[in-house]
Amino acid sequence: MSCCAPAIDPHGAFDSSAARQEIGLASRDLGGGLRQTDLAVPGVHCAACIRAVETGLMRVAGVEHARVNLSTRRVAVQWRGEAAPDLLAALTALGYPGHLFESEADRADPELARLIRALAVSGFCAMNIMLLSVSVWSGAEAETRSAFHWISAALAAPCLIYSGRIFFASAWSALRRGRTNMDVPISIGICLAFGLSLYDTIHDGPHAYFDAATSLIFFLLIGRALDHLMREKARAAVRSLMRLAPRGATVLHEDGSRDYVPVAEIEPGMRLALTAGERIPVDGIVSEGLSDLDCAIVTGESLPRPVAPGAAVEAGTLNLSGPLTIIASARADSSFLAEMVRLMEAAEGGRARYRRIADRAAALYSPVVHATAFLTFLGWMALGGGWHQAITVAIAVLIITCPCALGLAVPIVQVVASRRLFENGIMVKDGSAIERMAEIDAVAFDKTGTLTLGRPRLVNAEAIAPDVLAIAAEIARRSGHPLSRAIAAAAPAREMALSDVVEHPGLGIEARLDGGLYRLGRAEWVLSGAPVEPMELEGGTVLGCDGVVLARFAFEEALRPQARAAIDALREKGLDVALLSGDTPAAVDAMAGKLGIATIAAGLLPAEKVERLSALAGQGRKVLMVGDGLNDVPALAAAHVSMAPASAADIGRNAADFVFLRDGLDAVPMAHAVSREAGRLVRQNFVLAIAYNAIALPVAIAGYVTPLVASLAMSLSSILVVANALRLNVKAAPRRRTSLRERAEELPGALRTSE
Amino acid sequence: MNSLIFLIPLALLLGGAALAAFLWSLRSGQYEDLDGAAERILLDDEDDRAKAPERDQPAKPAP
Repeated sequence: MSCCAPAIDPHGAFDSSAARQEIGLASRDLGGGLRQTDLAVPGVHCAACIRAVETGLMRVAGVEHARVNLSTRRVAVQWRGEAAPDLLAALTALGYPGHLFESEADRADPELARLIRALAVSGFCAMNIMLLSVSVWSGAEAETRSAFHWISAALAAPCLIYSGRIFFASAWSALRRGRTNMDVPISIGICLAFGLSLYDTIHDGPHAYFDAATSLIFFLLIGRALDHLMREKARAAVRSLMRLAPRGATVLHEDGSRDYVPVAEIEPGMRLALTAGERIPVDGIVSEGLSDLDCAIVTGESLPRPVAPGAAVEAGTLNLSGPLTIIASARADSSFLAEMVRLMEAAEGGRARYRRIADRAAALYSPVVHATAFLTFLGWMALGGGWHQAITVAIAVLIITCPCALGLAVPIVQVVASRRLFENGIMVKDGSAIERMAEIDAVAFDKTGTLTLGRPRLVNAEAIAPDVLAIAAEIARRSGHPLSRAIAAAAPAREMALSDVVEHPGLGIEARLDGGLYRLGRAEWVLSGAPVEPMELEGGTVLGCDGVVLARFAFEEALRPQARAAIDALREKGLDVALLSGDTPAAVDAMAGKLGIATIAAGLLPAEKVERLSALAGQGRKVLMVGDGLNDVPALAAAHVSMAPASAADIGRNAADFVFLRDGLDAVPMAHAVSREAGRLVRQNFVLAIAYNAIALPVAIAGYVTPLVASLAMSLSSILVVANALRLNVKAAPRRRTSLRERAEELPGALRTSE
Repeated sequence: MNSLIFLIPLALLLGGAALAAFLWSLRSGQYEDLDGAAERILLDDEDDRAKAPERDQPAKPAP
C-alpha cells in the first residue's frame, strides 16, 4: 500500500503522484468542484488527536474542510482542485498514519435509520397508549374509557402502519416464497389485535388491545435495532481495515508519459510502473527491475520470492524491495483475483442453505398457534358464545401466544454474544454466523498468515555474537524487507555511524561503518569479490564485512501467539483439526508437527481446498474454515462458517463470517466457546417461552385474558428472556474488561500485521 | 373529565414534540460520532468559530 511505502523506499524513487491519484479515484463528488475522501485513521483517540488531525489537514493546500469521526476513527476530508492533495503523506507527517479503505456503496446506512425512526415512533405511541390504558384498567367511567380508546386507536394506527411495516414487509416476502418466518405470526397477531380493538372501540366495548399491539411492536423493534446496530458496528470495523487491492496503477506510455489508470481500464500489453510497497494490480510479466515479492496473501508461500525480468507475477502480490516495470498479461477481470471471485461465487456454502433458528422455530410454531386459535374460535362458537365472543377469545389466544419472547429470545442473546466477541477483538458479520459456529464439528486451518503471522522470525539470535547482531540489526533497520525487519527486531536500537547505506533490490543492503563495507543479504552477493571462495557457499542470509562472513541468519515463520494452546483447546472440545495449505509439503509437515495436527494436506490449489471442504460437507460434517489468503477465499465461502484475521486479503475479510483483529489465535476457541454458550442460552430461552405459553394458553382459551393480563404476561416473558440472555455476560466474570483505550490501540496493531 | 380535555392533548403534544426533536437530531447526524462529541468539548472553540462560516458556505463554483 502506498502509505507504507516511504519506510521501505531507500532510493527516494517513491512517487507520491500515484498515491494522490488513488485518493482522487477513491473520492466522491459533492458537486460544485468539491470532492470528499474518507480515510481511516486508526491512531486518533482523544481531543488532542482530533485537533491535530483536523487543523493539520486544513493547512494542506486544496483542503476545504476536515472532520474527524472518533467513533469510527475516520476523517472526512473535503477538497477542491484538479489533483487530490497528498492526504496520506500529510497524515503521516502529523504522526497519524491513515489509509484508504473499502469504498462503501451504502454510506449512511438507510436500514438502521429506518429501524431507529420506527422504534422512536412505536416507543412514543406505546408509552402514551400504556398511560391511557392504566387509567382504563383502574376503572375509568364508560365515557372516559371510550374517549381513551379512541385516542389510543388514533395513536396505534400510525404506529402499526409506520413501525409495523418492517414486520409486514419481511412476513410478506417470506410468504411469497412459500415459507414462514418469525414475522408471519407476529404480523397476523398485531393486525388481528388492532382490527378487533378498533371494532370494539367503534361498538363501545370494554376491552381494547391497542397497548398489547403497540408494545409488542416496540419490544420487537428494540431487539431488531440492537441486532442491526451490533452487526453494523462490526462491519464498519472490518471495512475500516486497510484496503489491500490497489485501485489503479501507473501506466507508462510509449512516449514516456505516465498516467494513473483505474485497475478496470488496464489492458494486456500495457507497461506498468510499480514502486516498492505497491501491490501488483493485474497478472503480468516483469520487464525491468529486480525485487522480491511477498506472495503470502496470494498463494500461501511463506518466503519472499525474488523476481527478475521475465518472471510471471500474479495480481495481489506485494512488491517489497525495488521498483519494477511489468507488462500486463491479463485484464483485471481475468486475473488471479477475479478467478478467485468466480470460484467463491460458485462455492455454495453452508450459509446459503442455512435457515435461522428463529425461522425454523416459527415454521413449527405458527401452525400450532394458528390452529389453536382457530380451534378456540370453533369451540366457543360450538358452546354458543356468539361470534363476537368467540373471535375475542381466539384473538386473545393469538396475542398471548404471539412470539414476543421468541422474537426477542434469539436477537438479544446474539447481541450480547457479539458484544462480548467485539470486546475481545472479534467481529461477527451476522447472527446466523453465531448459530452456525455453535454447530461445527471440525476446524480447517490455512497455514501462512493464519497459523503463522506471515512474517519470519530470527531463530538463531543466541548463536550470533551480540556485537555482530547489533551491526546487522542497525543495517537491517534501514530496510523494509521482511527478513530485515526480523533481524532488526532481534536487537535493540543503538547509535552507529552508518554511512552510504544502499539497498540493492533482490540482493541485500550495504553500508559503511568504521571504514569497512558491510553487506547484509543473499550469501552469493555478500561474498562476491571475496578473496577466497569459501567452501560452504550455500544460500541463505548472511552479514559480511569486506567479503568475509560474520554471521548467518536462520529464519522460521513466527507462529501466532497462543497457536498451540488454541489448537489444543479446540481438540479438547472434540473438534477435528486439519491443516489445508498451498505451501510446500516440507513446510506444512514441519508446522503440523509443531502444533500436533495430524490431518494435513499440502500444495493445495484453491479449488482443491473447496473440494476437500465439500467432501467433508458431503459426509455431514460442519467445518469451520480459518484462512487469510486470496487462495483461501473460495474455501471461506464454501465452509459452513468461516473466520479470517484482520491481515487477510480484502475479499477474504468480506467472505468470512468472523474477523479477528488481534494477533492471537485464541480468538478461534473464544469465538467457538461464546457461540456455543449463546446457542445454549437461545435454547433455554425457547424453553422459557414455551413454558410460559403452556401456562398462559389454557387461561387464554378459557377466555380470562383481559388486556391487563395480556400486557403483564407479555412484558414479564420479555423481561425473563432478556435477563436470561444477559447471563452470557455474567458468565464471563473472570474476564478482564478491556478499557476503551486498549480497544482503540488494537486496531493499529491489527493493521501493522497486514503489511 | 373536563381537565382531561386539555391535559391529554397537552401530554400528547409534549410527547410529540420530544419525538420530533429526536427525529430531527437523528436526521442532522448528531448520533454519528458519540465518542467524538464527548471529546470535542475539551477543544477550544476558537477555531470552530473560524471554521464555521466556511462550513456553512454553499458550494461555490470551482476557481
